[in-house]
Amino acid sequence: MKLDPKNLPLEYSTETNKLNILGFWIFLSAEIMLFATLFTTYFVYVDRGVGSGPAGAEIFELPPVLIETFLLLTSSFTIGLAVHAMRINRVKAMIWFMVVTLLLGAGFLSVEVYEFIHYYHIGATLQTSGFTAALLTTLGTHGAHVTMGLFWGIMIIIQILRDGLNARTANKSFIFSLYWHFLDVMWIFIFSFIYLKGMM
Amino acid sequence: MKLKGVYIAFFAIISGFLAGCELLVLDPKGPQADKLANVIWISIITMIVVTIVVLVMLTIILFKYRASKQDPDYKPPHIEGNKYVEIIIVGVPILIVAFLSVVSVISVHQVETAPEGYETDEPLVIYASSSNWKWHFSYPEQDIETVNYVFIPTNQNVEFRLYSHGTISSFWIPQLAGQKYAMSDMTNYLNIVAEEPGEYFGRNANFNGEGFAENEFNVTALPADEFDSWIEDIQNTAEPLTEEKFEELLEPGHLGHMTFTGTHQDFMPAPEGENSPHNHGKSDSEDDSGHPH
Amino acid sequence: MDFSDRFSIPPHDDPMLYASIVAIVLTSIAIVVGVTYFKKWGYLWNNWLTTVDHKRIGIMYIISALLMLFRGGADAVMMRLQTAVPDNTFLDAQHYNEVFTTHGVVMIFFMAMAFIIGMMNFVVPLQIGARDVAFPRLNALSFWLYFTGAMLLNLSFVVGGSPDAGWTNYYPMAGPEFSQHVGVNYYNWALQISGIGTLMTGINFIATIIKMRAPGMKLMKMPIFIWAALITNLMIVLAFPVLTIALLMGTLDRQFLTNFFTTSDGGMDMMWANLFWVWGHPEVYILIIPAFGIYSTIIAAFSERNLYGYTSMVASILAISALSFLVWVHHFFTMGQGALTNSIFSITTMLIAVPTGIKIFNWLLTMWKGKIRFATPMLYSIAFIPLFTIGGSTGVMLGMASADYQYHNTLFLVAHFHNVIIPGVVFAMIAGLIFYWPKMFGFMLNERIGKWAFWNITIGFCLAFFPMYFTGLNGQARRMYTYSEATGFSTLSMISFIGTLLLAVGFVFLVYNIFYSYRHAPRNIGGDPWNARTLEWATHSPVPEYNFAISPTVHSEEAFWDYKENDYELFKGKVEDIHMPNNSGWSIIFAGFFFAFGFFFIFHVWVGVIIAFLGIIGCLIYRSFEKDDGHHIHKEEIEATEKELGGAK
Ligand code: HEM
Ligand SMILES: [Cu+2]
Repeated sequence: MKLDPKNLPLEYSTETNKLNILGFWIFLSAEIMLFATLFTTYFVYVDRGVGSGPAGAEIFELPPVLIETFLLLTSSFTIGLAVHAMRINRVKAMIWFMVVTLLLGAGFLSVEVYEFIHYYHIGATLQTSGFTAALLTTLGTHGAHVTMGLFWGIMIIIQILRDGLNARTANKSFIFSLYWHFLDVMWIFIFSFIYLKGMM
Repeated sequence: MKLKGVYIAFFAIISGFLAGCELLVLDPKGPQADKLANVIWISIITMIVVTIVVLVMLTIILFKYRASKQDPDYKPPHIEGNKYVEIIIVGVPILIVAFLSVVSVISVHQVETAPEGYETDEPLVIYASSSNWKWHFSYPEQDIETVNYVFIPTNQNVEFRLYSHGTISSFWIPQLAGQKYAMSDMTNYLNIVAEEPGEYFGRNANFNGEGFAENEFNVTALPADEFDSWIEDIQNTAEPLTEEKFEELLEPGHLGHMTFTGTHQDFMPAPEGENSPHNHGKSDSEDDSGHPH
Repeated sequence: MDFSDRFSIPPHDDPMLYASIVAIVLTSIAIVVGVTYFKKWGYLWNNWLTTVDHKRIGIMYIISALLMLFRGGADAVMMRLQTAVPDNTFLDAQHYNEVFTTHGVVMIFFMAMAFIIGMMNFVVPLQIGARDVAFPRLNALSFWLYFTGAMLLNLSFVVGGSPDAGWTNYYPMAGPEFSQHVGVNYYNWALQISGIGTLMTGINFIATIIKMRAPGMKLMKMPIFIWAALITNLMIVLAFPVLTIALLMGTLDRQFLTNFFTTSDGGMDMMWANLFWVWGHPEVYILIIPAFGIYSTIIAAFSERNLYGYTSMVASILAISALSFLVWVHHFFTMGQGALTNSIFSITTMLIAVPTGIKIFNWLLTMWKGKIRFATPMLYSIAFIPLFTIGGSTGVMLGMASADYQYHNTLFLVAHFHNVIIPGVVFAMIAGLIFYWPKMFGFMLNERIGKWAFWNITIGFCLAFFPMYFTGLNGQARRMYTYSEATGFSTLSMISFIGTLLLAVGFVFLVYNIFYSYRHAPRNIGGDPWNARTLEWATHSPVPEYNFAISPTVHSEEAFWDYKENDYELFKGKVEDIHMPNNSGWSIIFAGFFFAFGFFFIFHVWVGVIIAFLGIIGCLIYRSFEKDDGHHIHKEEIEATEKELGGAK
């Protein structure tokens, strides 16, 4: 379905798209504040909120974290490829790249679930201390965002399969890619300032 | 003019009140509260001047430029602004704020340390800890403990060490010093000197639940020798404070005045120094309780 | 606590409570029966509940805000009645605590916020010459989420018990250790849900103002209210996520026994206070900046002059908003963070007085050489100037960290913030409501009754709150349900109670005025009954669905005034088809699932939580697949409407 400028005024349709993208950037700045609050809390609790529970250095393990980082960084690359494919109108390639992105995201989540189970077994649960609560809430919020992204991505793929690439689906895909890059950036912060700093 | 009359009456009432009644905060009985009362007076006067300027300008403008007084054909001019006017309306507030900032910074440093003239004294240490809805006063040196009342010697720097067994409370003796929070995971320090013997009203000022309204205590300031004999008296007559007894006292509720020998610091020390709950993170972390003064 | 205990209806055994519950039930039945009898369900559903029209959403916000004003006002009267005489037994401590907590929460979140958002909804698109906001559907959702939050909080009164830890909700008092009943859960979820709505409003209005201004309206040609709205929404977007996280942590502490704010295992009660005020101080400026915008508009209009010092007005709004993120510590100078920290925050706090002072002088200079008409909106704006100066002055006094050790937690503080919020925010909202009433409904409110309301409210305010400065200095802590004769607070407390009654009478006049004017006021008032200056007055009263038949072109921040006085051509071009968004019931259904989600979560009913959550997900999926491209209003239709309303605009 290509847009027919006579049926739907093009000016309206492109304006909507521009508005959506701008709106999403504003939403992302709210998300930045959200994560900034979580990070700040975490930094306060990491030294002073340990109580009688374990400290970061005692529970963090490098291998799963490296795998997570690898998966998510790669997925950020593939969603970039998907948008590129979209720009040159290669719908099939675009869908494949999106599928790969979501699979990598799912992989990331599985490793994160493994990581959480591990924390549970070594006695670092949500209830253990202020520190573990801040840690797991921060990771959990990021993980919930990724989960949300998985479902969202699936919706978009279905719609592209159904409607092809049009102003509407292209707009959604582009916004989705912004979201996904954002989650990646947040993860880089988590990786550097929570894990690496905590293990040093 | 009518409006002016209203304003004058209004200010007469305010100044009447301020001058007439003995408001506790403006009737200080020690150097700390005295400092604060001075700061408050300085700010009240500054602010009354500001308010009067605004009121006068407003009254004149309303009087001069109301429509009923003007030619029906009068067309108000279009005025964008004026550099000099703008310099004034930015400059004057900045000067006022700068002045008050200096007062604020100096005075906050003064009240956070031992009062002038008492810096060299060895302070009398009293732990004041709150529980729902009581105050427990431990005298570690004298080895006694009181509930809901405290005796202090006059003309002597008293260092209250404040913390809580639960909710956040705010320790306040309006005529002797400003408030400070008592919290469960850190100890705060408040220096107080009473320069006149007498009874003072003290309370928790921070809302902490059902029994908050009655969460008060009594402060009695006595000359040093009377204070010493009071201590001795208690050491000779009061019952010892046991751990079970203290647990009982911590139960939510109100208690009258009580007196014990021994303090709960022996079995339930204040959250300071090595007992601070937030010191476990890194074994080599420096002592963050930051004991001052 | 036992499950059935949590669920108790009513939460206390108390005749007054039974009476209120009966009253609530009867009113609800009366509304349902009334709507059914007059066969208005269809009208209500099609024109209001499913609307995406910014004007109607704005009006719904304002109606809700007024309802909440009465709920919160009833709380206020009860509190002042209880404290009117010493050792009163009208309310016991627990009731008093619940009453002042709901009072604060309702007034800040559900009255003041709703009022300013409603006002922005109605005015912003009109004033920038747009046909709606950027995301009309999202706007409806914002409203319904806000409404859900408000209803949840009000439900607490009937089912389970109201929150009782103050609107500041300090931990550990509000934590599971010291507060076992569900009250604070209600606080968490009501604010969380309405907070999401507020955040969306923020996003929506920033996008609207950035992208949808009429041609020619450059940034420095935006009317001052638009600047105020832009900055306010920016502050919403930056501040509300902090509250979201703080509430999330509170919820985890209370319902999953984590240790964020507990007294053991590394919990830190001061963390809540910090997070709350990192949001909370910007929040009070989120309330006052739109109010400043309204005053600027009204004072210019009734002085028949342009706003003095437009550039410095814009600059001072920017300065205030930036500073307001740097002062939160002044809410707990007494926490023991040391003289240096307190000095720094003391200075940043007092610095806010500089831009505020600039604004006050600019308002005065706007009236200077003007032609001042004393209509009711202007009366409120005039009263605002000295009263707000006093409130701001006491703010500066509180900002002096050392002196604050004596004011903190006393009625002096209570007097301060009411002194800024009532003449600041509430007066502005009443003034704005009266000012925009003809645009909303096509008739004007009676001036005589309006003036009665004004005098009662203003005098009532002074009597109710000025005494608190004195009792505060005399050592009266806030939030005490009673005091003894010996304290000497009783005379001033009685005066304060009388003032409260006058305020209440004033509000009754306000409402009576609506009924009176609805019946008696003339309807043919034209588009510009106040001889105002900005674009919204270039529309018909009441405003047609599409706002402007022809999009205006603008060259200054007072384009409409130039159109009237200087023959500026506002409407270049001709009538064309107008594209409008469709109404949709999606938002209200979505919010309904949120209501269920919040309610079940409060009571730990996990099955219900899961079902409601699936409902929420379902709504999102539905929305993702929905294709709704809106509809067109045809040229002929518009021309017919315009003709009927008297000439194309
Ligand atoms: C010149 C401007 C202002 C200054 C310097 C100022 C200063 C302060 C300070 C220092 C406090 C904390 C006092 C304490 O807890 O001991 C405070 C409390 C408060 N202020 Fe202001 N303020 C100003 C304007 C405003 C405005 C415009 C509003 C609202 C529209 C406002 C609303 C509040 C509220 C709601 C509280 C206390 C809330 C509570 O503890 O429950 N203030 N203000
Ligand atoms: Cu503040």
